[in-house]
Amino acid sequence: MSAYLSVCKLRFINGLQYRTAAFAGLTTQLFFGLIFIMVYVAFYNGSTKALPMELNEVVTYVWLQQIFLGLIMLWLRDNEIFGLITNGNIAYELCRPVEMYGFWYSKLLAQRVANTVLRCLPIAFIVLLLPQPYRLSLPHSWSSFTLFLIALLLGLLVTVSISMLIYISVFWTMSPVGSIMMIAVASELLAGMILPIPLMPIWMQNITYFLPFRWTVDFPFRVYSGHIPYMEAIWGIAIQLIWLILLIAVGTWCLRKALRRVVLQGG
Amino acid sequence: MIQLEGISKSFKVAERSAGLKQAAKALFVRKHRTVEALSEISFHIPEGEIVGYIGPNGAGKSTTIKVMSGVLVPDKGSCSIMGYTPWKDRAAYVRNIGVVFGQRSQLWWDVPVIDSYELLRDIYKIPQAEYKASLDMLVETLDLHTIIQMPVRQLSLGQRMRCEIAASLLHSPKVLFLDEPTIGLDAVSKIAVRDFIKEINKEKGVTVILTTHDMNDIEALASRILMIGKGTLLYDGSLQELRGRFGTQRTITVDFEPQQHEIFIPGTELLSWTSERAVYSFDHEQLSVAAVIAGISEQVKLLDVAIDTKPIDEIIVQLYKEHQI
Repeated sequence: MSAYLSVCKLRFINGLQYRTAAFAGLTTQLFFGLIFIMVYVAFYNGSTKALPMELNEVVTYVWLQQIFLGLIMLWLRDNEIFGLITNGNIAYELCRPVEMYGFWYSKLLAQRVANTVLRCLPIAFIVLLLPQPYRLSLPHSWSSFTLFLIALLLGLLVTVSISMLIYISVFWTMSPVGSIMMIAVASELLAGMILPIPLMPIWMQNITYFLPFRWTVDFPFRVYSGHIPYMEAIWGIAIQLIWLILLIAVGTWCLRKALRRVVLQGG
Repeated sequence: MIQLEGISKSFKVAERSAGLKQAAKALFVRKHRTVEALSEISFHIPEGEIVGYIGPNGAGKSTTIKVMSGVLVPDKGSCSIMGYTPWKDRAAYVRNIGVVFGQRSQLWWDVPVIDSYELLRDIYKIPQAEYKASLDMLVETLDLHTIIQMPVRQLSLGQRMRCEIAASLLHSPKVLFLDEPTIGLDAVSKIAVRDFIKEINKEKGVTVILTTHDMNDIEALASRILMIGKGTLLYDGSLQELRGRFGTQRTITVDFEPQQHEIFIPGTELLSWTSERAVYSFDHEQLSVAAVIAGISEQVKLLDVAIDTKPIDEIIVQLYKEHQI
Protein backbone atom coordinates (compact mmCIF):
# COMPACT_ATOMS: atom_id res chain seq x y z
CA MET A 1 0.00 0.00 0.00
CA SER A 2 1.30 3.46 -0.76
CA ALA A 3 2.45 5.56 2.19
CA TYR A 4 -0.22 8.15 1.52
CA LEU A 5 -3.02 5.62 1.46
CA SER A 6 -1.60 3.96 4.53
CA VAL A 7 -1.48 7.15 6.59
CA CYS A 8 -5.01 7.85 5.40
CA LYS A 9 -6.08 4.47 6.72
CA LEU A 10 -4.36 4.91 10.07
CA ARG A 11 -5.77 8.38 10.57
CA PHE A 12 -9.18 7.01 9.67
CA ILE A 13 -8.89 4.20 12.23
CA ASN A 14 -7.71 6.76 14.74
CA GLY A 15 -10.71 8.96 14.03
CA LEU A 16 -13.20 6.13 14.38
CA GLN A 17 -12.27 5.67 18.03
CA TYR A 18 -14.07 8.75 19.22
CA ARG A 19 -17.62 7.42 19.40
CA THR A 20 -18.85 9.71 22.15
CA ALA A 21 -17.63 12.76 20.26
CA ALA A 22 -19.54 11.55 17.22
CA PHE A 23 -22.72 11.15 19.23
CA ALA A 24 -22.33 14.58 20.80
CA GLY A 25 -21.69 16.05 17.35
CA LEU A 26 -24.79 14.38 16.02
CA THR A 27 -27.09 15.95 18.61
CA THR A 28 -25.44 19.37 18.34
CA GLN A 29 -25.78 19.39 14.59
CA LEU A 30 -29.45 18.38 14.69
CA PHE A 31 -30.07 21.13 17.23
CA PHE A 32 -28.31 23.83 15.20
CA GLY A 33 -29.97 22.73 11.99
CA LEU A 34 -33.40 23.03 13.57
CA ILE A 35 -32.65 26.48 14.99
CA PHE A 36 -31.40 27.80 11.64
CA ILE A 37 -34.44 26.44 9.84
CA MET A 38 -36.82 27.99 12.36
CA VAL A 39 -35.24 31.38 11.69
CA TYR A 40 -35.54 30.92 7.93
CA VAL A 41 -39.15 29.78 8.24
CA ALA A 42 -39.94 32.94 10.19
CA PHE A 43 -38.23 35.08 7.55
CA TYR A 44 -39.96 33.40 4.66
CA ASN A 45 -43.36 33.70 6.33
CA GLY A 46 -42.82 37.38 6.98
CA SER A 47 -41.46 38.21 3.56
CA THR A 48 -43.64 39.77 0.89
CA LYS A 49 -41.04 39.83 -1.91
CA ALA A 50 -40.09 36.82 -4.04
CA LEU A 51 -36.78 35.46 -2.71
CA PRO A 52 -33.99 34.04 -4.88
CA MET A 53 -34.24 30.60 -3.18
CA GLU A 54 -37.32 28.53 -2.31
CA LEU A 55 -37.79 27.67 1.36
CA ASN A 56 -37.37 23.93 0.74
CA GLU A 57 -34.10 24.64 -1.08
CA VAL A 58 -32.84 26.60 1.91
CA VAL A 59 -33.92 23.83 4.32
CA THR A 60 -32.08 21.27 2.21
CA TYR A 61 -29.06 23.55 2.12
CA VAL A 62 -29.00 23.82 5.92
CA TRP A 63 -29.30 20.08 6.46
CA LEU A 64 -26.61 19.25 3.94
CA GLN A 65 -24.35 21.69 5.78
CA GLN A 66 -24.98 19.87 9.04
CA ILE A 67 -24.62 16.40 7.53
CA PHE A 68 -21.30 17.15 5.84
CA LEU A 69 -20.01 19.65 8.39
CA GLY A 70 -16.84 17.67 9.03
CA LEU A 71 -15.91 17.69 5.36
CA ILE A 72 -16.17 21.37 4.71
CA MET A 73 -15.58 23.33 7.92
CA LEU A 74 -12.28 25.14 7.83
CA TRP A 75 -11.98 25.53 11.56
CA LEU A 76 -11.80 21.79 12.04
CA ARG A 77 -8.17 21.34 12.91
CA ASP A 78 -5.65 18.64 13.45
CA ASN A 79 -3.75 19.69 16.55
CA GLU A 80 -1.25 16.96 15.94
CA ILE A 81 0.19 18.76 12.93
CA PHE A 82 0.34 22.07 14.80
CA GLY A 83 2.09 20.24 17.61
CA LEU A 84 4.60 18.74 15.19
CA ILE A 85 5.61 22.21 14.06
CA THR A 86 5.56 24.14 17.32
CA ASN A 87 7.29 21.56 19.53
CA GLY A 88 9.70 20.20 16.97
CA ASN A 89 8.35 16.66 16.54
CA ILE A 90 8.44 17.41 12.85
CA ALA A 91 12.02 16.13 13.05
CA TYR A 92 10.67 12.61 12.66
CA GLU A 93 8.47 13.50 9.71
CA LEU A 94 11.48 15.07 8.01
CA CYS A 95 13.52 11.91 8.12
CA ARG A 96 10.96 9.84 6.26
CA PRO A 97 11.21 9.16 2.54
CA VAL A 98 7.86 10.77 1.75
CA GLU A 99 6.70 13.98 0.21
CA MET A 100 5.49 16.00 3.16
CA TYR A 101 2.70 17.92 1.42
CA GLY A 102 1.04 14.76 0.21
CA PHE A 103 1.58 13.06 3.54
CA TRP A 104 -0.11 15.78 5.56
CA TYR A 105 -2.80 16.18 2.94
CA SER A 106 -3.68 12.50 3.30
CA LYS A 107 -3.80 12.80 7.07
CA LEU A 108 -6.14 15.78 6.97
CA LEU A 109 -8.35 14.19 4.35
CA ALA A 110 -8.72 11.00 6.38
CA GLN A 111 -9.47 12.92 9.54
CA ARG A 112 -12.32 14.75 7.85
CA VAL A 113 -13.75 11.62 6.31
CA ALA A 114 -13.56 9.69 9.59
CA ASN A 115 -15.18 12.58 11.36
CA THR A 116 -18.09 12.63 8.95
CA VAL A 117 -18.67 8.93 8.32
CA LEU A 118 -19.76 8.25 11.87
CA ARG A 119 -22.40 10.92 11.95
CA CYS A 120 -23.59 11.69 8.43
CA LEU A 121 -25.85 8.66 7.97
CA PRO A 122 -27.75 8.92 11.27
CA ILE A 123 -28.33 12.64 10.74
CA ALA A 124 -29.44 12.10 7.14
CA PHE A 125 -31.79 9.33 8.24
CA ILE A 126 -33.40 11.47 10.93
CA VAL A 127 -33.81 14.62 8.84
CA LEU A 128 -35.33 12.70 5.93
CA LEU A 129 -38.16 11.70 8.27
CA LEU A 130 -38.86 15.09 9.85
CA PRO A 131 -42.27 16.73 9.22
CA GLN A 132 -42.49 19.51 6.63
CA PRO A 133 -41.21 22.19 6.30
CA TYR A 134 -38.22 20.76 8.25
CA ARG A 135 -37.68 17.71 6.08
CA LEU A 136 -34.58 17.27 3.89
CA SER A 137 -35.72 17.06 0.26
CA LEU A 138 -34.44 14.34 -2.04
CA PRO A 139 -32.02 15.45 -4.77
CA HIS A 140 -33.54 17.21 -7.74
CA SER A 141 -32.67 14.32 -10.09
CA TRP A 142 -30.18 11.48 -10.43
CA SER A 143 -27.91 13.58 -12.57
CA SER A 144 -27.90 16.47 -10.13
CA PHE A 145 -27.16 13.97 -7.36
CA THR A 146 -24.16 12.65 -9.30
CA LEU A 147 -22.93 16.17 -9.99
CA PHE A 148 -23.46 16.97 -6.30
CA LEU A 149 -21.24 14.06 -5.25
CA ILE A 150 -18.46 15.20 -7.58
CA ALA A 151 -18.81 18.82 -6.43
CA LEU A 152 -18.79 17.76 -2.77
CA LEU A 153 -15.68 15.66 -3.24
CA LEU A 154 -13.88 18.51 -5.02
CA GLY A 155 -15.15 20.91 -2.35
CA LEU A 156 -13.59 18.66 0.29
CA LEU A 157 -10.28 18.65 -1.58
CA VAL A 158 -10.37 22.44 -1.92
CA THR A 159 -11.12 22.75 1.82
CA VAL A 160 -8.13 20.56 2.68
CA SER A 161 -5.91 22.57 0.32
CA ILE A 162 -6.91 25.81 2.03
CA SER A 163 -6.37 24.29 5.46
CA MET A 164 -2.91 23.12 4.37
CA LEU A 165 -2.04 26.79 3.89
CA ILE A 166 -3.12 27.45 7.49
CA TYR A 167 -0.86 24.65 8.76
CA ILE A 168 2.06 25.90 6.69
CA SER A 169 1.59 29.44 8.01
CA VAL A 170 2.38 28.12 11.50
CA PHE A 171 6.01 27.70 10.43
CA TRP A 172 6.18 31.50 10.48
CA THR A 173 3.63 32.45 13.13
CA MET A 174 4.32 29.64 15.63
CA SER A 175 0.70 29.77 16.79
CA PRO A 176 -2.34 28.48 14.97
CA VAL A 177 -4.79 30.68 16.90
CA GLY A 178 -4.56 33.77 14.73
CA SER A 179 -4.64 32.16 11.32
CA ILE A 180 -7.45 29.81 12.35
CA MET A 181 -9.56 32.65 13.74
CA MET A 182 -9.12 34.84 10.70
CA ILE A 183 -9.78 32.11 8.22
CA ALA A 184 -12.68 30.72 10.23
CA VAL A 185 -14.54 34.02 10.42
CA ALA A 186 -13.87 35.01 6.82
CA SER A 187 -14.51 31.60 5.34
CA GLU A 188 -17.73 30.92 7.20
CA LEU A 189 -19.24 34.03 5.74
CA LEU A 190 -17.66 33.82 2.29
CA ALA A 191 -18.36 30.13 1.84
CA GLY A 192 -22.03 30.58 2.57
CA MET A 193 -22.08 28.76 5.89
CA ILE A 194 -23.99 31.54 7.62
CA LEU A 195 -26.20 32.57 4.74
CA PRO A 196 -26.63 30.90 1.34
CA ILE A 197 -24.91 33.13 -1.19
CA PRO A 198 -27.99 33.95 -3.31
CA LEU A 199 -29.56 35.54 -0.20
CA MET A 200 -26.62 37.93 0.22
CA PRO A 201 -26.59 41.50 -1.12
CA ILE A 202 -25.24 41.68 -4.66
CA TRP A 203 -21.96 43.42 -3.78
CA MET A 204 -21.14 40.68 -1.30
CA GLN A 205 -22.01 37.97 -3.80
CA ASN A 206 -19.52 39.56 -6.18
CA ILE A 207 -16.79 39.29 -3.58
CA THR A 208 -17.47 35.59 -2.98
CA TYR A 209 -17.18 34.84 -6.69
CA PHE A 210 -13.52 35.84 -6.64
CA LEU A 211 -12.56 33.60 -3.73
CA PRO A 212 -12.28 29.83 -3.40
CA PHE A 213 -14.53 29.50 -0.34
CA ARG A 214 -17.94 29.38 -2.00
CA TRP A 215 -16.88 26.37 -4.06
CA THR A 216 -16.62 24.31 -0.89
CA VAL A 217 -20.11 24.89 0.58
CA ASP A 218 -22.51 26.99 -1.44
CA PHE A 219 -21.82 25.36 -4.77
CA PRO A 220 -22.23 21.62 -4.01
CA PHE A 221 -25.33 22.10 -1.87
CA ARG A 222 -27.15 24.16 -4.45
CA VAL A 223 -26.27 21.62 -7.13
CA TYR A 224 -28.03 18.99 -4.98
CA SER A 225 -31.30 20.88 -4.91
CA GLY A 226 -31.09 21.74 -8.57
CA HIS A 227 -30.87 25.45 -7.79
CA ILE A 228 -27.76 25.45 -9.97
CA PRO A 229 -28.66 23.89 -13.36
CA TYR A 230 -26.57 21.23 -15.14
CA MET A 231 -24.48 23.31 -17.47
CA GLU A 232 -23.64 25.79 -14.77
CA ALA A 233 -22.76 22.91 -12.44
CA ILE A 234 -20.36 21.40 -14.96
CA TRP A 235 -18.68 24.77 -15.42
CA GLY A 236 -18.53 25.12 -11.65
CA ILE A 237 -16.78 21.78 -11.34
CA ALA A 238 -14.19 22.98 -13.84
CA ILE A 239 -13.62 26.10 -11.73
CA GLN A 240 -13.30 23.94 -8.61
CA LEU A 241 -10.59 21.97 -10.38
CA ILE A 242 -8.73 25.13 -11.30
CA TRP A 243 -8.85 26.37 -7.71
CA LEU A 244 -7.71 22.98 -6.48
CA ILE A 245 -4.67 22.93 -8.75
CA LEU A 246 -3.81 26.51 -7.88
CA LEU A 247 -4.09 25.99 -4.12
CA ILE A 248 -2.07 22.79 -4.17
CA ALA A 249 0.65 24.44 -6.24
CA VAL A 250 0.89 27.39 -3.85
CA GLY A 251 0.84 25.07 -0.82
CA THR A 252 3.58 22.82 -2.16
CA TRP A 253 5.75 25.79 -2.96
CA CYS A 254 5.26 27.41 0.47
CA LEU A 255 5.90 24.18 2.32
CA ARG A 256 9.12 23.60 0.43
CA LYS A 257 10.22 27.11 1.31
CA ALA A 258 9.25 26.62 4.95
CA LEU A 259 11.20 23.40 5.22
CA ARG A 260 14.35 24.98 3.87
CA ARG A 261 14.39 27.46 6.70
CA VAL A 262 12.89 25.21 9.35
CA VAL A 263 14.11 25.70 12.88
CA LEU A 264 13.36 22.77 15.10
CA GLN A 265 11.79 23.99 18.27
CA GLY A 266 12.66 22.57 21.65
CA GLY A 267 16.14 21.09 21.29
CA MET B 1 31.02 6.03 5.54
CA ILE B 2 30.35 9.31 7.29
CA GLN B 3 32.37 12.37 6.48
CA LEU B 4 31.74 15.83 7.89
CA GLU B 5 33.84 18.76 6.75
CA GLY B 6 33.64 22.21 8.31
CA ILE B 7 29.94 22.10 9.23
CA SER B 8 28.66 25.35 10.76
CA LYS B 9 25.16 26.31 11.83
CA SER B 10 23.90 29.34 13.69
CA PHE B 11 20.49 30.25 15.04
CA LYS B 12 18.90 33.60 15.67
CA VAL B 13 17.52 33.84 19.17
CA ALA B 14 15.14 36.51 20.43
CA GLU B 15 15.90 37.58 23.96
CA ARG B 16 14.85 40.07 26.58
CA SER B 17 15.26 40.57 30.32
CA ALA B 18 12.53 39.61 32.75
CA GLY B 19 9.64 41.84 33.69
CA LEU B 20 6.63 43.63 32.30
CA LYS B 21 8.54 46.73 31.28
CA GLN B 22 11.01 44.75 29.26
CA ALA B 23 8.20 42.74 27.69
CA ALA B 24 6.44 45.95 26.67
CA LYS B 25 9.65 47.29 25.23
CA ALA B 26 10.15 44.10 23.27
CA LEU B 27 6.88 44.81 21.47
CA PHE B 28 8.65 47.59 19.59
CA VAL B 29 12.30 46.71 19.62
CA ARG B 30 13.33 43.10 19.26
CA LYS B 31 16.78 42.14 20.29
CA HIS B 32 18.28 39.22 18.45
CA ARG B 33 21.44 37.39 19.17
CA THR B 34 23.09 34.93 16.87
CA VAL B 35 24.05 31.72 18.57
CA GLU B 36 26.73 29.66 16.95
CA ALA B 37 25.38 26.15 17.46
CA LEU B 38 28.10 24.46 15.42
CA SER B 39 31.30 25.87 14.11
CA GLU B 40 33.65 24.04 11.80
CA ILE B 41 32.80 20.50 12.86
CA SER B 42 34.76 17.88 10.95
CA PHE B 43 35.09 14.18 11.56
CA HIS B 44 35.15 10.87 9.79
CA ILE B 45 33.47 7.66 10.89
CA PRO B 46 34.19 4.31 9.21
CA GLU B 47 31.56 1.63 8.65
CA GLY B 48 30.54 -0.55 11.56
CA GLU B 49 31.78 1.70 14.34
CA ILE B 50 29.87 2.77 17.43
CA VAL B 51 30.67 6.36 18.27
CA GLY B 52 29.65 8.12 21.44
CA TYR B 53 28.93 11.78 20.93
CA ILE B 54 29.15 13.67 24.19
CA GLY B 55 29.13 17.19 25.52
CA PRO B 56 27.27 19.30 28.05
CA ASN B 57 23.70 20.49 27.48
CA GLY B 58 23.43 22.93 24.59
CA ALA B 59 26.80 21.96 23.15
CA GLY B 60 25.38 21.13 19.73
CA LYS B 61 25.01 17.36 19.91
CA SER B 62 21.41 17.22 18.74
CA THR B 63 22.06 19.85 16.10
CA THR B 64 24.81 17.68 14.63
CA ILE B 65 22.51 14.66 14.62
CA LYS B 66 19.82 16.71 12.89
CA VAL B 67 22.25 17.91 10.25
CA MET B 68 23.45 14.35 9.68
CA SER B 69 19.90 13.03 9.40
CA GLY B 70 18.97 15.65 6.81
CA VAL B 71 16.50 17.50 9.01
CA LEU B 72 18.49 20.72 9.30
CA VAL B 73 20.37 22.53 6.60
CA PRO B 74 23.76 23.80 7.81
CA ASP B 75 25.00 27.30 6.98
CA LYS B 76 28.18 25.99 5.46
CA GLY B 77 30.37 22.94 5.23
CA SER B 78 29.94 19.63 3.50
CA CYS B 79 28.68 16.31 4.70
CA SER B 80 28.75 13.04 2.87
CA ILE B 81 27.12 9.93 4.28
CA MET B 82 27.15 6.81 2.11
CA GLY B 83 27.76 9.17 -0.79
CA TYR B 84 24.66 11.29 -0.11
CA THR B 85 24.46 14.89 1.04
CA PRO B 86 21.70 14.48 3.63
CA TRP B 87 19.79 17.73 3.13
CA LYS B 88 20.07 17.65 -0.66
CA ASP B 89 19.16 14.05 -1.42
CA ARG B 90 16.80 13.86 1.55
CA ALA B 91 14.22 11.42 0.19
CA ALA B 92 16.76 8.98 -1.24
CA TYR B 93 19.09 9.31 1.70
CA VAL B 94 16.69 8.81 4.62
CA ARG B 95 15.78 5.33 3.40
CA ASN B 96 19.19 4.22 4.58
CA ILE B 97 19.19 5.68 8.06
CA GLY B 98 17.31 5.18 11.27
CA VAL B 99 16.88 7.93 13.82
CA VAL B 100 15.72 7.90 17.43
CA PHE B 101 15.14 11.24 19.12
CA GLY B 102 14.92 10.22 22.75
CA GLN B 103 12.80 13.17 23.74
CA ARG B 104 10.26 12.84 20.96
CA SER B 105 7.90 10.19 19.78
CA GLN B 106 7.33 8.79 16.33
CA LEU B 107 4.56 6.41 17.38
CA TRP B 108 0.89 7.25 17.05
CA TRP B 109 -0.39 8.02 20.50
CA ASP B 110 -3.89 6.56 20.41
CA VAL B 111 -3.46 3.39 18.39
CA PRO B 112 -1.58 0.14 19.10
CA VAL B 113 2.16 0.14 18.36
CA ILE B 114 1.75 -2.39 15.59
CA ASP B 115 -0.39 0.08 13.60
CA SER B 116 2.45 2.61 13.64
CA TYR B 117 4.82 -0.12 12.48
CA GLU B 118 2.58 -1.01 9.57
CA LEU B 119 2.48 2.61 8.52
CA LEU B 120 6.29 2.70 8.60
CA ARG B 121 6.35 -0.46 6.51
CA ASP B 122 4.34 1.35 3.84
CA ILE B 123 6.33 4.56 4.13
CA TYR B 124 9.61 2.74 3.60
CA LYS B 125 8.04 0.32 1.10
CA ILE B 126 9.47 -2.68 2.95
CA PRO B 127 8.52 -5.96 1.25
CA GLN B 128 6.18 -8.01 3.45
CA ALA B 129 8.58 -10.93 3.95
CA GLU B 130 11.42 -8.64 4.92
CA TYR B 131 9.15 -6.67 7.23
CA LYS B 132 7.98 -9.85 8.93
CA ALA B 133 11.54 -11.05 9.44
CA SER B 134 12.84 -7.81 10.89
CA LEU B 135 9.74 -7.34 13.04
CA ASP B 136 10.11 -10.84 14.49
CA MET B 137 13.77 -10.20 15.22
CA LEU B 138 13.03 -6.87 16.92
CA VAL B 139 10.12 -8.25 18.93
CA GLU B 140 12.33 -11.09 20.08
CA THR B 141 15.43 -9.13 21.04
CA LEU B 142 13.67 -6.11 22.52
CA ASP B 143 11.05 -8.28 24.24
CA LEU B 144 8.01 -6.54 22.80
CA HIS B 145 5.61 -9.53 22.73
CA THR B 146 3.20 -8.21 25.30
CA ILE B 147 3.28 -4.52 24.48
CA ILE B 148 3.03 -4.39 20.72
CA GLN B 149 -0.78 -4.64 20.76
CA MET B 150 -1.19 -1.87 23.32
CA PRO B 151 -1.98 1.78 22.55
CA VAL B 152 1.13 3.90 22.96
CA ARG B 153 -0.48 6.14 25.57
CA GLN B 154 -0.65 3.19 27.97
CA LEU B 155 3.01 2.22 27.73
CA SER B 156 5.61 3.13 30.30
CA LEU B 157 8.57 5.24 29.21
CA GLY B 158 10.90 2.25 29.05
CA GLN B 159 8.44 0.18 27.03
CA ARG B 160 7.82 3.08 24.71
CA MET B 161 11.51 3.69 24.16
CA ARG B 162 12.04 0.06 23.20
CA CYS B 163 9.18 0.40 20.71
CA GLU B 164 10.69 3.64 19.37
CA ILE B 165 14.03 1.96 18.77
CA ALA B 166 12.35 -0.94 17.01
CA ALA B 167 10.41 1.54 14.85
CA SER B 168 13.66 3.12 13.69
CA LEU B 169 15.10 -0.23 12.66
CA LEU B 170 12.22 -1.83 10.77
CA HIS B 171 13.69 -0.83 7.42
CA SER B 172 17.13 -2.25 8.31
CA PRO B 173 19.10 1.01 8.07
CA LYS B 174 22.86 0.97 7.63
CA VAL B 175 23.37 3.93 9.92
CA LEU B 176 21.57 4.53 13.18
CA PHE B 177 21.48 7.88 14.94
CA LEU B 178 20.44 7.74 18.56
CA ASP B 179 19.84 11.02 20.31
CA GLU B 180 19.70 10.22 24.02
CA PRO B 181 18.12 6.79 23.67
CA THR B 182 18.38 5.97 27.37
CA ILE B 183 17.00 9.20 28.78
CA GLY B 184 14.71 8.53 31.72
CA LEU B 185 15.05 4.76 31.61
CA ASP B 186 15.49 2.47 34.62
CA ALA B 187 18.56 0.28 34.99
CA VAL B 188 16.96 -2.82 33.45
CA SER B 189 15.69 -1.04 30.37
CA LYS B 190 18.99 0.77 29.94
CA ILE B 191 20.88 -2.50 29.89
CA ALA B 192 18.34 -4.03 27.48
CA VAL B 193 18.76 -1.09 25.12
CA ARG B 194 22.55 -1.21 25.33
CA ASP B 195 22.71 -4.95 24.69
CA PHE B 196 20.47 -4.53 21.74
CA ILE B 197 22.56 -1.77 20.20
CA LYS B 198 25.66 -3.89 20.65
CA GLU B 199 23.96 -6.82 19.01
CA ILE B 200 22.75 -5.08 15.86
CA ASN B 201 26.16 -3.48 15.50
CA LYS B 202 27.85 -6.84 15.67
CA GLU B 203 25.40 -8.92 13.67
CA LYS B 204 24.35 -6.47 10.99
CA GLY B 205 27.32 -4.14 10.95
CA VAL B 206 25.12 -1.09 11.60
CA THR B 207 27.11 2.06 12.18
CA VAL B 208 25.82 3.73 15.34
CA ILE B 209 26.21 7.29 16.52
CA LEU B 210 24.73 7.99 19.90
CA THR B 211 24.53 11.04 22.09
CA THR B 212 24.02 10.62 25.78
CA HIS B 213 24.70 12.11 29.17
CA ASP B 214 25.03 8.71 30.75
CA MET B 215 28.71 7.79 30.69
CA ASN B 216 27.83 4.19 31.39
CA ASP B 217 26.22 4.05 27.96
CA ILE B 218 29.47 5.22 26.47
CA GLU B 219 31.52 2.82 28.54
CA ALA B 220 29.34 -0.11 27.57
CA LEU B 221 29.07 0.71 23.89
CA ALA B 222 31.42 3.16 22.32
CA SER B 223 34.94 2.42 21.29
CA ARG B 224 35.36 5.99 20.19
CA ILE B 225 34.28 9.29 21.67
CA LEU B 226 33.66 12.61 20.04
CA MET B 227 33.32 15.45 22.49
CA ILE B 228 31.77 18.74 21.53
CA GLY B 229 31.49 21.94 23.53
CA LYS B 230 30.17 25.36 22.54
CA GLY B 231 29.83 24.12 19.00
CA THR B 232 33.38 22.99 18.43
CA LEU B 233 34.87 19.53 18.45
CA LEU B 234 37.18 19.19 21.44
CA TYR B 235 38.16 15.59 21.61
CA ASP B 236 38.21 12.71 19.20
CA GLY B 237 39.70 9.46 20.40
CA SER B 238 39.19 6.26 22.30
CA LEU B 239 37.90 5.92 25.82
CA GLN B 240 41.14 4.22 26.93
CA GLU B 241 43.15 7.15 25.69
CA LEU B 242 40.95 9.49 27.64
CA ARG B 243 41.37 7.37 30.73
CA GLY B 244 45.11 7.34 30.17
CA ARG B 245 45.17 11.11 30.05
CA PHE B 246 43.15 11.76 33.14
CA GLY B 247 42.88 8.38 34.73
CA THR B 248 46.22 7.90 36.51
CA GLN B 249 44.62 9.23 39.67
CA ARG B 250 43.53 6.64 42.22
CA THR B 251 41.62 7.10 45.41
CA ILE B 252 42.16 4.88 48.38
CA THR B 253 39.64 4.56 51.18
CA VAL B 254 40.88 3.05 54.44
CA ASP B 255 38.99 2.01 57.57
CA PHE B 256 40.96 1.66 60.78
CA GLU B 257 40.65 1.44 64.55
CA PRO B 258 39.80 4.80 66.13
CA GLN B 259 42.61 7.28 65.79
CA GLN B 260 42.88 10.82 67.15
CA HIS B 261 45.23 12.58 64.75
CA GLU B 262 45.16 12.94 61.00
CA ILE B 263 47.77 10.98 59.14
CA PHE B 264 49.54 12.48 56.16
CA ILE B 265 51.32 10.33 53.60
CA PRO B 266 53.86 12.15 51.42
CA GLY B 267 52.84 12.31 47.75
CA THR B 268 49.12 11.86 48.43
CA GLU B 269 46.31 14.25 49.06
CA LEU B 270 44.00 13.71 52.03
CA LEU B 271 40.47 14.09 50.71
CA SER B 272 38.52 13.36 53.90
CA TRP B 273 39.17 12.29 57.42
CA THR B 274 37.15 10.95 60.32
CA SER B 275 38.50 9.11 63.33
CA GLU B 276 37.71 5.78 61.66
CA ARG B 277 38.03 6.43 57.94
CA ALA B 278 40.24 8.40 55.58
CA VAL B 279 40.26 8.93 51.80
CA TYR B 280 43.48 9.76 49.94
CA SER B 281 44.06 10.48 46.30
CA PHE B 282 47.34 9.96 44.47
CA ASP B 283 48.87 9.42 41.06
CA HIS B 284 49.68 5.72 40.70
CA GLU B 285 52.41 6.35 38.17
CA GLN B 286 54.42 8.29 40.73
CA LEU B 287 53.60 6.40 43.87
CA SER B 288 52.72 2.73 43.98
CA VAL B 289 49.59 1.51 45.66
CA ALA B 290 51.65 -0.81 47.86
CA ALA B 291 53.77 2.06 49.13
CA VAL B 292 50.68 4.04 50.12
CA ILE B 293 49.14 1.12 51.98
CA ALA B 294 52.43 0.37 53.68
CA GLY B 295 52.71 4.00 54.75
CA ILE B 296 49.28 4.00 56.30
CA SER B 297 49.53 0.64 58.00
CA GLU B 298 52.71 1.73 59.79
CA GLN B 299 50.68 4.31 61.69
CA VAL B 300 47.22 2.77 62.18
CA LYS B 301 45.66 -0.64 62.53
CA LEU B 302 43.98 -1.22 59.16
CA LEU B 303 40.55 -2.85 59.01
CA ASP B 304 39.59 -2.42 55.34
CA VAL B 305 41.03 -0.94 52.15
CA ALA B 306 39.30 -0.01 48.89
CA ILE B 307 41.01 1.41 45.79
CA ASP B 308 39.06 3.16 43.05
CA THR B 309 39.97 4.54 39.71
CA LYS B 310 38.47 7.86 38.86
CA PRO B 311 34.93 7.37 37.57
CA ILE B 312 34.42 8.23 33.92
CA ASP B 313 31.92 10.91 34.90
CA GLU B 314 34.62 12.79 36.78
CA ILE B 315 37.03 12.48 33.88
CA ILE B 316 34.41 14.08 31.69
CA VAL B 317 33.82 16.85 34.20
CA GLN B 318 37.56 17.47 34.27
CA LEU B 319 37.67 17.52 30.51
CA TYR B 320 34.79 20.02 30.38
CA LYS B 321 36.60 22.14 32.93
CA GLU B 322 39.84 22.02 31.02
CA HIS B 323 38.09 23.38 27.95
CA GLN B 324 36.04 25.82 30.02
CA ILE B 325 32.67 24.65 28.72
